[in-house]
Amino acid sequence: MPASGISPISPIHSASPLVEEFLQQLTNGLAVGGIYALIALGYTMVYGVLKLINFAHGDLFTYGAYLGLTLLTSLALTDRLGFALGVLVLVLMVMGLVAVLGAILERAAYRPLRESPRLSAVVSALGASIFLQNTLMLIYGARFQVYPDDILPTATLNVLGLYVPLMRVLIVLASVGMMVALYLFIQKTRIGAAIRAAAIDQGAARLMGIDVNRVILLVFLLGPALGGVAGLMVGLYYGQVNFTMGWVYGMKAFTAAILGGIGNIPGAMVGGLLLGVIEALGAAYVSIAWKDAIAFVVLILILIVRPTGLLGERVADKI
Amino acid sequence: MNRLTLSVVALVVAVLPFAPLFLNTYQVDVLNSIGLYALLALSLNLILGEAGLFDMGHAAFYAMGAYTAAILNTHYQIPILWTLPLSGLAAGAFALLVARPVIHLRGDYLMIVTIGVGEIVRIALVNDVFGITGGANGIFGISRPKLFGWVIRRPEEFFYLIWGFVALTIFLFLRLKQSRFGRALNYLREDEVAAEGSGIDTDAYKLAAFGLGAAWAGMAGTLFAAKMTIISPESFSFWESVMLFMIVILGGAGSVLGVLLAAFLVIGLPELFRELAGARMLVFGLVMMVMMVVRPQGLWPAQTPRISLAALTGARKP
Repeated sequence: MPASGISPISPIHSASPLVEEFLQQLTNGLAVGGIYALIALGYTMVYGVLKLINFAHGDLFTYGAYLGLTLLTSLALTDRLGFALGVLVLVLMVMGLVAVLGAILERAAYRPLRESPRLSAVVSALGASIFLQNTLMLIYGARFQVYPDDILPTATLNVLGLYVPLMRVLIVLASVGMMVALYLFIQKTRIGAAIRAAAIDQGAARLMGIDVNRVILLVFLLGPALGGVAGLMVGLYYGQVNFTMGWVYGMKAFTAAILGGIGNIPGAMVGGLLLGVIEALGAAYVSIAWKDAIAFVVLILILIVRPTGLLGERVADKI
Repeated sequence: MNRLTLSVVALVVAVLPFAPLFLNTYQVDVLNSIGLYALLALSLNLILGEAGLFDMGHAAFYAMGAYTAAILNTHYQIPILWTLPLSGLAAGAFALLVARPVIHLRGDYLMIVTIGVGEIVRIALVNDVFGITGGANGIFGISRPKLFGWVIRRPEEFFYLIWGFVALTIFLFLRLKQSRFGRALNYLREDEVAAEGSGIDTDAYKLAAFGLGAAWAGMAGTLFAAKMTIISPESFSFWESVMLFMIVILGGAGSVLGVLLAAFLVIGLPELFRELAGARMLVFGLVMMVMMVVRPQGLWPAQTPRISLAALTGARKP
């Protein structure tokens, strides 16, 4: 947007449209990266404790998006409570519901296979993913579902002279806020210590009186809750959702988790934001058609060059 | 194998060659699809079943073969069946190239990489890479295969081409399973460290399994291109790979007969219940979850060869 006489001309604004374009892409990348990071936390926590790639996590994210849409339109929360409070209640409801789904998933698909070989659990996870995805398709249909656009705020915010959509700023703030809260919870509370202990050595943790089953349950409540909110954010940000989107977002979030070092919570945050920015800049300056391939190329390169990820040094297991 | 299963297998083998005589064209076409998937699943079985490598991007190698055949045929007018070895080579070489740097990765990580490779190949095809893949529309006008002057065009004729190739594949893969190579793959699947300790170059054997399985998928791709005369990227999506993965797991990893049975069930059964087509994947997902709890070894697991100690020691005595 060229500088007009109404708004004060800031240094960034006057620089050039190229710089403005770059900063727009950068903030967009941060918002998408925040969403990736929230999903990646679910992968990394489950992997940390169970050493299992939860393939169905991406689909729990999709459930967040669809549940958010249904609750938003059926309860008319934003009409009754106003935008801010309405969205807050919506977020809490989606978190709760998807967390319950996560717990059910753990109970049905993973707990019976706790002692089985790895392949069995991976196949079960994949089956759960296919099952969840197709349940959604049978309920809502295969078409894109559209979030009502009269609810979404279209306002833009002037951040140091750069006009950024309000939704983008909210997503970045909310995702960073949730990540910090989770980090403090894991690092500073007794329950967090139990999760860390179970991730290091389940047997020893059990001997120290930690109920590992409850830790696993907690991980399957926390991860999906964050993933569900990420799904809601995608719905609010892009305005439309599809029943298969969990697979693409899931793969990208998993890439983010690997990029940061799987099992490492700050790693998932750094990896998510980094991947979001790489992808946004790659799509803008390299090729939009190859956008979805960028994450996979990053994933393969990181696995070849540095399988432990950027921050991952705690992985004792041979990859 | 007990006598009942043996007689059922014998009956199927005896009846199958005459199937086009009493089935209608649609039913023969379903059998052809089953044959193609059986070929693909057998090729994946070599990688996933025999060697225990989680390959969930098998559609990429299938696509590589189909596109190699289609490009050679439409651009250079090479008869489609002549491209069979070339597309096999192309797919095998491509598999070796991508697998070489990642072959040492542990199970689920290798799986993620193969998923990534599958997606990159599909995106490359959609984006018309090198300007020869025809983008999202794909390639059309692939010529009909010709065998000894006989042009193959009807499903009944394709039936014999496809199932002849399946029969050859079954024979070769059963031989391979009993060979030194096959035993080495089984060994490293069961215990990689012990296999390495016994002098098996695990990386080389894994790569060989990958290359051979991919080459076979590439040849199946040629047959697919010949049958359809038109190919596009959507035939080689992630779900194709998942379907193949499921056929192998459902039938019993490492079991040739189990994989064939599963190909019949997974591809054939949905055709019988067409009105429930929408719920097909839902049922597959559920079956995968339940199978892993109830019967993780598959419907018809491979039999482990048994050698009695007495026979061994008896044989050693002069």
